Amino acid sequence: MNKQDKQIPPLTVSGMTVAYQRKAVVEEVSFTLPEGNLIALIGPNGAGKSTLLKAVLGLVPSIAGQVSIYGDAYKKMRSRVGYVPQRESVDWDFPTDALDVVMMGRYGHLGWIKRPGRREKELALATLDKVGMADFARRQISQLSGGQQQRVFLARALAQEADLYFMDEPFAGVDAATEKAIIALLSELKRAGKTVLVVHHDLSTVEEYFDHVLLLNKKLIAAGPVETTFTPDLLHETYGGKLAIVSSDGRETLVRS
Amino acid sequence: MLDWLISLWSDPNTRWILMGCTLLGLGSGVIGSFTFLRRESLLGDTLAHAALPGVCIAFILHEVKSAGLFLVGALLAGIAAVLCVSAISRWTKIKPDAAMGIVLTFFFGVGTVMLTHIQHSGSGSQSGLDKYLFGQAAAMVTRDVYTLMGVSLLLVLAALLLFKEFKLISFDPGFARGIGLPVGLLEHAMLILTTVAVAAGIQAVGVVLVAALLITPAAAARYWTDRLSVMLTFAGLFGALSGASGAAISTLGEGIPTGPVTVLAATLLFAVSLLLAPRRGLVARALRHRGLKADYAARSAVHASGSPEAAEGGGRR
Repeated sequence: MNKQDKQIPPLTVSGMTVAYQRKAVVEEVSFTLPEGNLIALIGPNGAGKSTLLKAVLGLVPSIAGQVSIYGDAYKKMRSRVGYVPQRESVDWDFPTDALDVVMMGRYGHLGWIKRPGRREKELALATLDKVGMADFARRQISQLSGGQQQRVFLARALAQEADLYFMDEPFAGVDAATEKAIIALLSELKRAGKTVLVVHHDLSTVEEYFDHVLLLNKKLIAAGPVETTFTPDLLHETYGGKLAIVSSDGRETLVRS
Repeated sequence: MLDWLISLWSDPNTRWILMGCTLLGLGSGVIGSFTFLRRESLLGDTLAHAALPGVCIAFILHEVKSAGLFLVGALLAGIAAVLCVSAISRWTKIKPDAAMGIVLTFFFGVGTVMLTHIQHSGSGSQSGLDKYLFGQAAAMVTRDVYTLMGVSLLLVLAALLLFKEFKLISFDPGFARGIGLPVGLLEHAMLILTTVAVAAGIQAVGVVLVAALLITPAAAARYWTDRLSVMLTFAGLFGALSGASGAAISTLGEGIPTGPVTVLAATLLFAVSLLLAPRRGLVARALRHRGLKADYAARSAVHASGSPEAAEGGGRR
């Protein structure tokens, strides 16, 4: 099976359409992700980035569209998929600590009823260490800073030991230390041959962090390698008038207005 | 006091009732912790009030008073109420809390009308159904107590077996769905367990107050710990203690209903937790704040005396 994987793309989406009360928020989106790449999903606010991600994962109902993960239905391939939701999506005052949250990443592998044991705990500690949070393992989650909470979520996804990762705005509202930790992690995942799709907001870092981009504004405007797709023309098309391109010192810089 | 406790234990009937109410408190406290954490506290109240017409219909149909039968009636009525709430919040712009308020009062109103009707009919005057409003544990017969115990054990067992699953869908349902847990199914299971807890509790605690047995012990337990497993244990313990005191004290006199006493005991435990729990309690917080203030004052004093200019003129201006 692993040999076949080389030819089968980690994710193929075709004709994905999502509507909330008759209004389409994602329309006819089709794309294929290249294996072993860091891919940014970018677009203006309300372009349907998170919705598209959730629809692919089956977290919101789609009215049309197909998703194939490593050539098979998502249901069969769940164990190869890791997911980092938006930080605001949970109650951080929940009675649990960082280590416990990370161990939740193993629940899918554990199956019903069985409780996490020593192996799960060791793995969770190791992943916490990878995101620089080993010292906070027993800290109640409300006592962590926003960036630290984000890193806990990342560690939980790592603990899933997946091949394809979905991250919903991991860089939103984090401190510089966390941003660095996330970057280090992304490049480590890439080295290990994993594929990562990231909903991203900050256009100024796209070229530095990612290999591949998907430009979305309800419809997919373009998809491809950063060098050929992350261009002023296509960005203008994606963001409409909301984007200004300023060139300074002979270099083009993107400014969002 | 001691004599009273001994007499409670020596009477086999009272002993059974005491054990039943203790177990009920335990089970409700454990399941209620999830209801509390999922911020669905009002749901417990809706289920409880909705149970009244269910109990009445069960009585009208069979003309016997039986905890098992009433359990089924309460369960069906509770499910009907929940369906009404989700239908209202789905098809209209009314928010779930308002929908629950509407459904809760409507079902309770219907139940009260039915209850009045039963009281005035021939067979009903002796039914003692009015005890279902505020609960009368002493009115339970052995079979009712068995039902109560069976249900309570089921609740605790379910929470133990599905601890990990219930924890995940309470903390992060999106992630739970992502890893393939049947979140909808588990949520329904939890809802049914909550309904069962409420339905089993109404004979002992009454429809008006039974929700307190779900929420108050959980809210109290949250003060003592930051770990879910410990919280469940504390909530079960607080619930058991409340149930036991309610049953014990209500046997003192004919007119003392079990529900209010149980709720008072639970609330007392909550108040103690709120005040005295380590770290999260109000007293601990106040002390910590005072310590910080004193610390800060001492440090700035040292700082001020360290630099002569500040010590001379700084403070007096």
